[in-house]
Amino acid sequence: MKRFASFAALLSPASALMLIGFVLPMAWLFRLSLDRAVEGGVLIPDLTPANYVQFVHDKFYLAILGRTLVLGVVVSFFTLLCAYPIALFLFRTRSRWRGILAVLTISPMLVSSVVRTFSWMAILGDRGLVNHALLALGLIDHPLALMNNMLGVTIGLVQIEMPVMILALIAGLSRLDPTLEEAAQTLGARPWRAFVRVTLPLSAPGIILGCLVTFVQVMSSFVTPTLLGGGRVYVMATTIYEEALETLNWPLAATISIILILVFGLCALFYERIGGRWQR
Amino acid sequence: MRIAVRLVIVLLYAFLLAPIGIVGLTSFSNDAYLAFPPAHWGLGGYAALLRNSEFRGGLEVSVLLGAAVTLLTLALGTAAAFAIARFRFPGGGALLAFFTAPLLLPTIVLGLALLLVFARIGLLASFTGLTIGHAVVAIPYVIRLMLTALNGLPPNLEEAAATLGATPSRIFWRVTLPLMRPALLAAAALAFLASFDEVTITLFLVGPRLTTLPVEVFRYVQNHADPQVSALSVVLIVLTVGVIVLIERSLGLMRSVSRS
Repeated sequence: MKRFASFAALLSPASALMLIGFVLPMAWLFRLSLDRAVEGGVLIPDLTPANYVQFVHDKFYLAILGRTLVLGVVVSFFTLLCAYPIALFLFRTRSRWRGILAVLTISPMLVSSVVRTFSWMAILGDRGLVNHALLALGLIDHPLALMNNMLGVTIGLVQIEMPVMILALIAGLSRLDPTLEEAAQTLGARPWRAFVRVTLPLSAPGIILGCLVTFVQVMSSFVTPTLLGGGRVYVMATTIYEEALETLNWPLAATISIILILVFGLCALFYERIGGRWQR
Repeated sequence: MRIAVRLVIVLLYAFLLAPIGIVGLTSFSNDAYLAFPPAHWGLGGYAALLRNSEFRGGLEVSVLLGAAVTLLTLALGTAAAFAIARFRFPGGGALLAFFTAPLLLPTIVLGLALLLVFARIGLLASFTGLTIGHAVVAIPYVIRLMLTALNGLPPNLEEAAATLGATPSRIFWRVTLPLMRPALLAAAALAFLASFDEVTITLFLVGPRLTTLPVEVFRYVQNHADPQVSALSVVLIVLTVGVIVLIERSLGLMRSVSRS
C-alpha cells in the first residue's frame, strides 16, 4: 500500500499538468463543438450537431477539407519521389562521408518551421533566386507567381517533410537484404527490373509509414500554408485559426478541429490494418 | 546510368539543403527587401536586427519561458519516468502512451483547445498559461528520454546501495540521478528547444504585451520579408546547432532522435 502511495505521489504532478493542459482542454473542445455562436462571438450553450451539419452542407468548408486532403496526397507523393533516391543512397553507400551525409539529411528538422518557410521566400519570391535566374536568362519577362499560392505551399511542404520521409524509408529499407537484389541480377534481371520487382516491394512498409506520417503532418500544417500561401490558401489549420481568432466563432473552430482529429484517427486505423498485414 | 543517378542525388540534396544556404546568403544584404542575389551586399540585416526592440522583447520572453518549461518538465517528467520504470505497476505502457499523446495531436487543435479553457480560467496571455501549454508538448520528450536512461542503468548499483543501508530517497539523489546526468542534459536541451521553437500553440496563448520570439517573427514575416529576418534565422540556426552539439556530446544525436 505504501508502495502504491509513493507511486501515485511521483505520478501526480505530471498527471496534474496533463489534466489541465491536455485532458480538460480536449474535452472542453469537444463540448464546445456542440454549442452555437451568433455574430460577434457570443456563445450560446447548447447540445446540437448544428456545426457539423453546417460543415457538411456548406460548399465553402467542404472545399477546404477537399483542398487539404488533396494537398496531403500531392505533397506525400512528391515527398516520396524526392526522398526515395536519397534514402536508398544513404542505405547503400559505404562512403566515409555517410555519417556526415546522414546528419545533413536530417539537419533541416532541427531548424524552426518559421525559418524553414521563410527560406523559401528567398527562393520563390518575385525577387527570389528562381525568378532572378529566369529573368536574367531572358526566359520570362515578368516574375512567375511561385508563392502566395498552392504551388508555393506545395514546394515548401515537400522540402520540409523530406527528412521525416527519409527516416521512415531507411527504417523500412533496413529489413531489406542487399543480396536479394544481387541474386535477381545474377539470375539475369536488369538493374531496373531488379529494383521494381525486388527492392520496391520489400520497401513498401517504409513507403506506407512515410506517406502516412507526411499526409498527417501536411493535413495539420499551419505555418507553411499561412506564410507561403500569403493568406490566399485556405486549408483546415488556417481555417481553424481564422474562425478562432478573427471570426471568433469558437464552436465552428472546435468542430473543424474535431473533424481534423477524425481524419487523423482514420489514418491511424488504416495504418493499423495495413501494418498488421506485414507483421505476420 | 551511374552518372545520371549521382546527378539526381546531388540535385535532391540541393533541393533539401539549398533553402538554409540561401537564407545565410541573403542575410548579408543592405537591401530593404528580401532578394536573391542581394542588390547591395553588407551587414545591414544584422544591424537592423540589433535595433529591433520587438524581437529583443520576444527573445527575452522566449528564453525565460524556455527555462521555466525546462525546469518544470524535468522535475515532473523525471518523477513520472521514475515511477513507471521502478515501481512496475501494471499499465505502465498505457501511462507512457497517455503522457506522449499530445505529440500525436495536431498542434493547431491543441492550441485552440488550450485557448478555449484558458479563456475561462483566466490564463490567457499569461506566463503561467504559456508555460503549461509548452510543458505539455515538451514533457513527452523528457519522459521518453528519462525512461530510456532509467531502463539502461546497471540495476545492481542501486541494489548495492540498498544493501549497504541507503534509504530509497538517498539512493535516488546519490546514485540514480548522478548516473543519469547525460540523459538529463539531453532532456533539458530537447525540452528547451521544444519550447523555444513552438509557434502554433503559442499563437493562441500570447497577448499584446507578452509574445515569444517565434510569434513575433511569424507576424513580422506575414507582412514584410527582409534581410533582417534572414539575419535572425542565421542567429537562431547557430544557437540551435550549439544546443545540438551539446546533446551530441552528452548522448549522441542519432540515439536521441531515433528514440524520441
